Amino acid sequence: MPLAELARRVRPVSLAGEQRLEVVPALSGLMPGGGIRRGSTITVASGPAGGATSLALALLARATVEGSWCAVVGLPDLGLVTAAELGVDVSHLALVPAPEDRWMTVVASLLDGVDAVVFRSPRRVRPPDIRRLASRARERGAALVVLAGGVGARHQPEPRRAWPGVTDVGLAVTTSRWTGLGDGHGCLQGRQVEVVAEGRGAAARPVRTRLWLPSPEGEVALEQEVTVEPQAASSPRPAAGLGSPPLGGGRGWGPARGGEAASSRAG
Amino acid sequence: MTATRTLVVSCPDWPVTAAGVPADIAAAVVFANRVVAASVAARADGVRVGLRRREAQSRCPGLVVIERDPGREARAFEPVVMAVETFGPRVEVSHPGVCAIPTRGPARYFGGEEALVDLIGVAVSDAIAGLVPVATTSRDCPYWGVGVADGRFAATLAAGRGLIVAPAQSAAFLADFPVAVLERAELTDLLARLGIRALGQLAALPTADVLARFGPEGAVAQRLAQGLDERPLDGRDPPPDLIASVELDPPVDRVDTAAFAARTLAQDLHERLVRLGLACHRVRIEAETEHGEHLSRLWCHDGPFLPADIAERVRWQLDGWLSGTAAARPTAGLTLLRLLPDEVVPDQGRQLGFWGGEAGVDERTARALARVQGLLGPEAVVTAVLGGGRSPDEQVRLVPWGDPRTEGAPESTARTGDRAEKTAPPWPGRVPPPSPAIVHTRSLVAEVVDGDGRAIEVTGRGLVSAVPARLSVAAGPWIEVTAWAGPWPADERWWDPAAHRRRARLQVVLADGSAHLLALEAGCWGVEATYD
Repeated sequence: MPLAELARRVRPVSLAGEQRLEVVPALSGLMPGGGIRRGSTITVASGPAGGATSLALALLARATVEGSWCAVVGLPDLGLVTAAELGVDVSHLALVPAPEDRWMTVVASLLDGVDAVVFRSPRRVRPPDIRRLASRARERGAALVVLAGGVGARHQPEPRRAWPGVTDVGLAVTTSRWTGLGDGHGCLQGRQVEVVAEGRGAAARPVRTRLWLPSPEGEVALEQEVTVEPQAASSPRPAAGLGSPPLGGGRGWGPARGGEAASSRAG
Repeated sequence: MTATRTLVVSCPDWPVTAAGVPADIAAAVVFANRVVAASVAARADGVRVGLRRREAQSRCPGLVVIERDPGREARAFEPVVMAVETFGPRVEVSHPGVCAIPTRGPARYFGGEEALVDLIGVAVSDAIAGLVPVATTSRDCPYWGVGVADGRFAATLAAGRGLIVAPAQSAAFLADFPVAVLERAELTDLLARLGIRALGQLAALPTADVLARFGPEGAVAQRLAQGLDERPLDGRDPPPDLIASVELDPPVDRVDTAAFAARTLAQDLHERLVRLGLACHRVRIEAETEHGEHLSRLWCHDGPFLPADIAERVRWQLDGWLSGTAAARPTAGLTLLRLLPDEVVPDQGRQLGFWGGEAGVDERTARALARVQGLLGPEAVVTAVLGGGRSPDEQVRLVPWGDPRTEGAPESTARTGDRAEKTAPPWPGRVPPPSPAIVHTRSLVAEVVDGDGRAIEVTGRGLVSAVPARLSVAAGPWIEVTAWAGPWPADERWWDPAAHRRRARLQVVLADGSAHLLALEAGCWGVEATYD
């Protein structure tokens, strides 16, 4: 173990706001402070093109390698080979595939013991439950990662409706393009996605980045540097603090960019 | 020093008897292509221990050949041991087929050695009757024999003949046996060539000279020939009673009341284990209700259980039972609570890693996960072990939390041995990475059609009938296919009719940007996985 690593592990207690779970370098630009702040709630969403599950896994990859435990609740169809490919240490991943109707208790119990809990928000979530879970996460210093929508979900709710509570950071995959597959030849190799992050506090200004998720080499890599958007965007935006852009149309919830949204609507 | 008076129950052809073959059927048990045991009928036809399988079959054409299974022999012998154990507590099992007890106490209690032998004979024939039809309980039964003599060696030989050798007569009884009965092939071969053919001749030699010429093995052989014990009888101790139970009167239907009772129960169980120097890694929690319902669940722990750990798990379990869903909840209060240690090992303490490392899971995480197991059942919390396989779901094995995680696919390491353990074995035809992030537990029914609306098929040569143009999942709206590749046929486990699967896979990217892995199986398309 290198000395720097040891020094980092034994360093004195830091402020609650500074305690973070590390993320891979490609994603650190999206997260305020460069990591997942302990006690925060993060929503991960995508349009019908998908990408939310991979993004959530990539977000937790570094933390599991560092020795943190993560729990995944209510995703019976999670592809664990993908998790390993994105860098997650699956031996530090506890799965509760079928919490049935007791997901609320299960998530609350897990927040007590693990560093991050990922779960797909069920069809109907009551605001008091959300408040309880968010405050539990804050109290225990665990991160709550909520998957809202995505390809796997039967329904495609707007993230704000899927998780009608306070979100510290809302990540949304706005566009997604696979490479490597041709017309009858090739195979899927990489995917370029555009991710928008916005939330409250330090994350109030939307941040946009283009990523490889994964790249043809199998890594999560930056394709284009992070750009911070001006506060006043061209499209109408919900009140700051409820972190997600409005439902744009055919291709996810990215701020409506006329041409592309209109063309994909034909599909 | 004289030998202990010993009674031996010997089943000469035990491997054959354990397989459930009656003595009048010619049968032989083989191991590594050699006969290790033969039935009476087979021996009459000339089948001997040590023959090659083919030789044995040529001597006795109707021979039933059975592969050796030591586990089956030991399992089948257990009822016999238990039957003998009812007469005296310290039963020693030399190997499946032969067990011994010291007779001093039991013979006096049951009215002499004659009476004891008769009683044990009846008990043993009852025990064996479960395996093969036993026609007779007399002493010339082909399946077993009971003998009494001074020392285990003499008693075993006496059991073969159904004799009771009088006290201090063992040496005389043994004198006429050939040295081959010592079952020390190398030594007895040498003795025979030196002209020492009977045990009596060996016993008469000076002890010091035997030790000097033949070494310790020769000295032991001489002790046996003189009717002395090789070593004192090492009886098996009856397993200690470790079950802790408490009756709840009045019946309890509240978690906190039951948990209070469980705390003292856990303390009690732990004290019993500590007294014996044992630790337990798995404990079964059982409860009975007023209406006779029986609830039971097994709990694991990666270290030895402490009283607080057991009490905590009992409380979680009771919480799961008493405040669970209406269907699973017992209909009446609990009347009995029982803790059964399931995996008991000598307590060797527990060493935690210094910088995390081996200890791995910290207490807090282990408690949270165990708590969820209490709510939903032990199989509800799993961790994944990745292994080999072709389809995305085959590469993952889910292990309930608390069970040991063995890395790697067992079949791949078994086949390649330790030669190529580090490198992943090839799985020709597996879907190349990146893998799909969503692997549907059951494939979603899909329809794939070409530009004219005709269903796409895959020919026997592994080609698609036309270019796929549109896809509809679960009778949903049609979405255009913008890119595709395949089909990749996979014909798996063709040697096993039950597990045989023949599929052709197709990767598609749809107009909405999503990518899927489709599979055609038995004429139906399905979405096997989604690249989310």
